[in-house]
Amino acid sequence: MKQRAITALNALVVFAALVLLWQLVVWIFRVPPFMLPAPWAVVRAFGGRLPSLLNSLAITAEESAGGLAASVVVGVLVALVFAQSRWVRKMLYPYTLLLQTVPIIAIAPLIIMWMGAGIPAVTLIAFIISLAPIIANTTQGLISVDENLVHLFLMHNASSRQVLFKLRLPHAVPDLFVGIRIASGIAVIGAITGELFAGSGRVGEGGLGYSILYASSQLQTDYLFALVLAATVLGFGFLFLVMFLEWYFLHRWHESARAPEAE
Amino acid sequence: MSAAADLPEIEIAGLRKQYGDAAVVLESIDLSIAKREFISLIGPSGCGKSTILKLIAGLASPTSGTIRVDGMTPLGARETISFVFQDATLLPWRTVQQNIGLGLELEGAAKARREEETARLLELVGLKHVAASYPRELSGGMKMRVSIARALATNPKLMLLDEPFAALDEMTRDRLNEEILRLRTEQNWTAVFVTHSVPEAVFLSDRIVVLAPNPGRIHAEFRVDLPEPRTSALRSRPEFDAVASRVAHSLRETLRP
Repeated sequence: MKQRAITALNALVVFAALVLLWQLVVWIFRVPPFMLPAPWAVVRAFGGRLPSLLNSLAITAEESAGGLAASVVVGVLVALVFAQSRWVRKMLYPYTLLLQTVPIIAIAPLIIMWMGAGIPAVTLIAFIISLAPIIANTTQGLISVDENLVHLFLMHNASSRQVLFKLRLPHAVPDLFVGIRIASGIAVIGAITGELFAGSGRVGEGGLGYSILYASSQLQTDYLFALVLAATVLGFGFLFLVMFLEWYFLHRWHESARAPEAE
Repeated sequence: MSAAADLPEIEIAGLRKQYGDAAVVLESIDLSIAKREFISLIGPSGCGKSTILKLIAGLASPTSGTIRVDGMTPLGARETISFVFQDATLLPWRTVQQNIGLGLELEGAAKARREEETARLLELVGLKHVAASYPRELSGGMKMRVSIARALATNPKLMLLDEPFAALDEMTRDRLNEEILRLRTEQNWTAVFVTHSVPEAVFLSDRIVVLAPNPGRIHAEFRVDLPEPRTSALRSRPEFDAVASRVAHSLRETLRP
């Protein structure tokens, strides 16, 4: 516990030092506010436009969460298909690689053209970008079961359903969480990227991406900073939520989810 | 019924096993194992002793030759067979009690019977105090006990044990050897036990089969006529050493070119 407090304190000291450095740079070099606003100006922008900022944050959170949830459901289903045979994997795996390598910035305008600007299109973009890590990690977990465990199940005349639900799926849960952890960060990036292209036509109804675009076009640099801050907080929030769920489901039996104090 | 009682538990005839075009793993194995016999297979690495177990279990099929378990094919007899692997092979997401109940659960036993049976086995192997623990909290010896209890839960007639104590320290191994004999007096199963250890084989077995490698074949057989019940004191008796040195000598012969 004490170790943790010290770690947290260290992080805080580093944060304070960075803010101080930032303030000093603004003072010493007399940087104009539209280039680099002072920390206090960012805080003021954050507080002063809180309602519209929170609104943007809520929209982006909804899109990222929707996209992530969909990619978990679809990703696990695809992984279950992949786990059936090596042949299926060889045939379909290249397409998941495609999913991972396609530049989202290039296909975002296409999706918006097809679906129209708005929350559904951005959710779809968040879904596409976060799907690959879920598929890859869950498949790995499903197929990397110890051969002797499969033999054990066979010795008790287990059906293939039982092997799947009582052996392969539970075994894949830690890997699934690794996938979700990676996907949670990029789902937020995907949503914001999508919004940069789509968002919404009206101020206050778009997500963070749209607001970022708007603030930068108006040279409201202090608000832009506040938005970047909000986007970072959102990403962190997602990550912490996933890590909490991971701990909650795995801490009793899995090594990776052990609390640091126990070591 | 009387005919079935006269049948050997395992009858292996002219068994040959080869994986694809690779070297022959087992060649002309003939082996008859009586009901309630405890037999050990011992031999250097590559002599195919684990493969024999897999073939008896029906987890692999012979290239030629036949295997009968209680007059049936290995697959047909599967319900009466339990397998204990070298690693404890426990499911880490299940508690000790849930692990012991796995076989019964897969075979569709009712919950009430499962609970009754697992409680009895927890008592029998002395693990009642860790019934709700997860495998990672247990020592290697305790994990192996859980694995054996899980195998016994389905009330097998034949136990196949593939070097179950190889990874344990000698003291734990000796204790578990005594325990396995005690457990056998309760349920009276036939056992085929694969091991690297001569003292272990002598202590446990009614009969020891020494296998030679390249290709795997039967080199010699020894009947072990030591007094029952066997206790730890037996290990320091001269008769014990006499059998052990004969087996060890035979084992050395298998390595001569």
